[in-house]
Amino acid sequence: MTRVLPPGTQELLAPDPLVVPAGTRTPGRIANRSPLRREGPAKLTGAAKYADDLVFPGAWYGATIRSTEPHATLLGVELDEAFDWSRVVVVTAADIPGDNVVSLIRDDQPVLVPVGGEIRHQAEALCLLAAADRETLREAKRWVRVRTERLPAVFDPLESTEEISHLEIGRGDLDAGFAEAELVIDGTYRVGHQEQLYIENQAMIAVPQLDGGVSVHGSCQCPYYIHAALKRALQLTDAQAVVVQAETGGGFGGKEDYPSMIALHAALLARKVGRPVRMIYDRHEDLSATTKRHPAVVRHRTGVMRDGRLVAQDIDVVMDGGAYCTLSPVVLSRGVLHAGGPYRCPNVRIRGRSMATHTPPNGAFRGFGAPQTEFAAETQVNRIAEALGMSPLELRRRWAYQEGDETPTGQVLRESVAALDVLEAAADASEFERHAEQTRRAREARQSGARVASGIGMAMGWHGAGFTGSGEVHIASVASVELTAEGTVRVLTAQTEMGQGTKTIFPQLVAGALGLEPDAVEVAPQDTSIVPNSGPTVASRSAMVVGGLIVKAARRLRAEVEAATDRTFGESYRDFVLEHGSLRVDEHFEPYPNVQFDDVTYTGDAYPAFSWACAVARVEVDLDTGEVTVRDVVSADDAGRIIHPVLAEGQVEGGTLQAIGYATIEEIKLVDGRYLNDRLATYLIPTALDAPRLEAILVEKPFSGAPHGAKGIGELPMDVGAPAVVAAIHDAIGIWIHDLPATPERILAAVTGAPAPPPPGLSAPTPERGTT
Amino acid sequence: MSYRFSVNGDPVEVEVSGMRRLLDVLREDLALTGTKEGCGEGECGACSVLLDGAVVDACLVPICQVDGTSVRTVEGLGTEQQLNDLQAAFLETGGAQCGICTPGMLMAAEAFLAAGGPATDDSIRDAIAGNLCRCTGYTKIVEAIAVAAERRRAAGSDPD
Amino acid sequence: MPVEPPVSSPRTLPDAYALLAEAPHRPVAGGTDLLVQITGELGEPPERVLDIWHLDELRGIRMEPDALVLGALTTYTEMRRSPLVAEFLPAFAEAAGTIGAAQIQNRGTIGGNVMNASPAGDMLPLLLACDAQLTAGTARGERRIPVREFWPAYRRTALQPTELLLRISIPLAAGRQLRYRKVGTRRAQAISKVVMALAWQIDEERDAAWRDVHLALGSVAPTPIRAHDTEAVLEGAVPSEAVADRAASTLAGEISPIDDVRSSADYRRAVAARVLHRLLRDEGGW
Repeated sequence: MTRVLPPGTQELLAPDPLVVPAGTRTPGRIANRSPLRREGPAKLTGAAKYADDLVFPGAWYGATIRSTEPHATLLGVELDEAFDWSRVVVVTAADIPGDNVVSLIRDDQPVLVPVGGEIRHQAEALCLLAAADRETLREAKRWVRVRTERLPAVFDPLESTEEISHLEIGRGDLDAGFAEAELVIDGTYRVGHQEQLYIENQAMIAVPQLDGGVSVHGSCQCPYYIHAALKRALQLTDAQAVVVQAETGGGFGGKEDYPSMIALHAALLARKVGRPVRMIYDRHEDLSATTKRHPAVVRHRTGVMRDGRLVAQDIDVVMDGGAYCTLSPVVLSRGVLHAGGPYRCPNVRIRGRSMATHTPPNGAFRGFGAPQTEFAAETQVNRIAEALGMSPLELRRRWAYQEGDETPTGQVLRESVAALDVLEAAADASEFERHAEQTRRAREARQSGARVASGIGMAMGWHGAGFTGSGEVHIASVASVELTAEGTVRVLTAQTEMGQGTKTIFPQLVAGALGLEPDAVEVAPQDTSIVPNSGPTVASRSAMVVGGLIVKAARRLRAEVEAATDRTFGESYRDFVLEHGSLRVDEHFEPYPNVQFDDVTYTGDAYPAFSWACAVARVEVDLDTGEVTVRDVVSADDAGRIIHPVLAEGQVEGGTLQAIGYATIEEIKLVDGRYLNDRLATYLIPTALDAPRLEAILVEKPFSGAPHGAKGIGELPMDVGAPAVVAAIHDAIGIWIHDLPATPERILAAVTGAPAPPPPGLSAPTPERGTT
Repeated sequence: MSYRFSVNGDPVEVEVSGMRRLLDVLREDLALTGTKEGCGEGECGACSVLLDGAVVDACLVPICQVDGTSVRTVEGLGTEQQLNDLQAAFLETGGAQCGICTPGMLMAAEAFLAAGGPATDDSIRDAIAGNLCRCTGYTKIVEAIAVAAERRRAAGSDPD
Repeated sequence: MPVEPPVSSPRTLPDAYALLAEAPHRPVAGGTDLLVQITGELGEPPERVLDIWHLDELRGIRMEPDALVLGALTTYTEMRRSPLVAEFLPAFAEAAGTIGAAQIQNRGTIGGNVMNASPAGDMLPLLLACDAQLTAGTARGERRIPVREFWPAYRRTALQPTELLLRISIPLAAGRQLRYRKVGTRRAQAISKVVMALAWQIDEERDAAWRDVHLALGSVAPTPIRAHDTEAVLEGAVPSEAVADRAASTLAGEISPIDDVRSSADYRRAVAARVLHRLLRDEGGW
């Protein structure tokens, strides 16, 4: 199809560009007019200040000395006398006043490896240097002598004996189910690391305070995580540790926990130097040392009847946590909970374990375990459809959860189930059946010597919104709406804007509740000395959970002001302030009604609600080279009531492209436990020329537990893009790729019958001494 | 050594080492932090600026080669109170999310628009192929550039 | 952290030669290779840099009898926009369009591609396929080096430290066909996994058999290479399925690719053969 202007352009040329174009598929949106991005003009003019743009006069620069071995005892760190060390400040583990621990879930990861301690991964931080200028710092790095004694390293999570966590969920009678089954299909699926690749590298600037505390300014998603980490390692009080989020150039989970590490490093240096210290990573250091998506091996055994009924699922998930616990138990948990796919099955067992290896610790990345297990689940379903001779669309129509169905943890899906809605919306918009028929005919007619093959594939997914189980109760979020002494309305949360639009939808929600225009509502900066702890900006929780809190807070504020003034809020709030002064309403998280979860047995309502998605991808496979071109992807996503269609589409489009990259070109190879893809020339993400045409369809199945009906959308699109691409590859060439990424090397080997490349996510062994 | 050039129309003189990157001169010596460093190896395009009208990665240009040239950065396009038409289009379509790729993306788009060729989906994507974006999937960026192209074309053919 | 070694920016060629004669300098053209290497993480940064960007003698695209001459400082954008290149060497413009993206094409030069001497240099197989001549100069004069002698070893050139690459002369043979193929990981900003250039003439007197076949590849050996055994299969042959099969299998046996971060030896070998086969099929028209 040729087109002069991209779709939607014509509508945007209309005189009032603020109105969301007619024909956008978002029924029942909250406001017909979506406000423009609050901080958009600043970002568009270069005025927005990211960490490296901030100026702190007299600041020094910091650098990290890192391990070059995967597993070793640290015998010593010596400063070669040939260098003049008087110009440099050195920090080792001995300088840590509090606990040498990066506070998160389990106290196993040190801030710096102590002398005599154990190095557990390549690029692990051993000591820190600071100097007034970068030339001195670069020189100094060369004169640090690290002495180690190498220890044997384990790289394969399947061979590791060190378990980080395990989990089992299930219901029904698995043996009976398999006994009844007329067909049993096995599948093993492997996924490798994926790098978040925020375009802004990790960066933190620490400033020592007169009260002995420290303030850190930088790129992050969770200021209060950093706050807790600073208090623990530096023995600071709540007030002495101040964390201020700078404009953040992307996070995607990669800035959930790692910023605590870099903030601690900067803070330790700043306190010893007595000046601000800038710790700004370059891309090579960021790629080498920071967290990645967990590699996983997922094994499926599925029992079905020939008429298409699903009777038994036995699933085993092994995740590679890397060297330390970080967030692995939670990643595993989410992965396991979603591993069966959005399908009704009477007999299910899902077991999972996260294992330690001597590779850099893995962490959060959009989807957080679900993209891994849902890739496996959907590819398994698509293979079963093939085995049964059924359309993958028809099979999903029969299996998809509906209202009233029960999940493997025994959660009854009482409402807001949109599985069939997104399935039909995606199938309809992509003309799935028509194209599938075309590709089938083309495949049958294909001659040897054909140049390309086209295929179409689909995948469905679900994503629980908010923290798993009793996570939200434990976080105990607090969010506030304030009528300030200056007569303005201000929202106070710790939610960090990183492009997803919190700074736009929060004023929109509060303004809507108060009867004001969004421009009349300000957003307080994400500074721990100003805003309460409304929890981390992760888990697709900000719109649903925190958005819900501020709507409630705004309603209470409105009620109070209107009761006092006997006029509408909009007419009277400034007068109220003149007479009564400022008024702040704090809203504390309260558990969603009828949502119960047992942490011990891991049964009950894993999430208050699930969001649902279905993606259909069309690809072309070059039959000479195995290269895959993803031509277009339709993604239908339900996130309850859509607050801001343009921002919501942005999440679907961006998340889908990350999933496409995950499926095709984002590969990390390792040698000796070290990432080989450690520069942007070698870790590749899609460019605009690689990106498919993306169509986002927003579907609304509101969630009654949230005051605004909204669920989460940030991670959902990531769960379905990759299996849709792999299904399309199979449709094109008749080969199932079980490993991600489905690189041309994997595809061509499968096509020609050559030996497959090594499995993804596994390090090649340590080279022999004396060879490269 | 002394190097003289213009930045966004203003004459500038800096006394720095010749191999100092244009990116560092802009950000540190001239305090123009709108241009960003994403990789330092010419892969991401976040540091894109116009050098005598051509879009280049400022992380790969030594200042000794900038002597006598005209440099344009994002700061020269518009202000928060007065966005230029391209910036306004990005704002309306949602073409900027986290914003870190945006300055470089805008400069690549400006170079494309200035060249005046047809603004098709393919030609726009080709023009910004050197600017990585991780947030948007590029869809709304392409839309924004197409809108701006159409508005400039319409303004150009406006009899007024 | 970027390094800032001392640099001289001569305005004339004699000045440049004098500096090179004084002390070893690493030349910098558009900077798209050197500035990446200069952080010091990919090896020692150079002690001294020679900025050749201001040497206008190294610019320009012009016709000579039977050759197109590209100044060493010709950028990829200039190649893409040049009417002379479009008319006489369209494959060069095509190849220039596969390198990096706009930012790199505006600054990267063919001379830089040649002097960087990467086995994956995208323009280099085209130069080999066309029997290009490279002219180097010093204060004492110029000399021409045939392209097949230009890269004696991995990342090494035939130039002396005092020599500067001035221009590249590409012979134009009437009736010569030239094709280019690059396989990279993505559609822009990609170092090649395999890159290939094929040149041939049609012998009208002998039933359209191919002659003067030149097949050059990058990324399959420590330097860009000519595949002589495969050329021998094609020389004097009329393309057919059988000829293409034999050429492809000969090529697979003739090249020595490696496993690296981008791809595997197996893949490179298989794809080089398959891409050649497809090219022969497209051109042979059987």
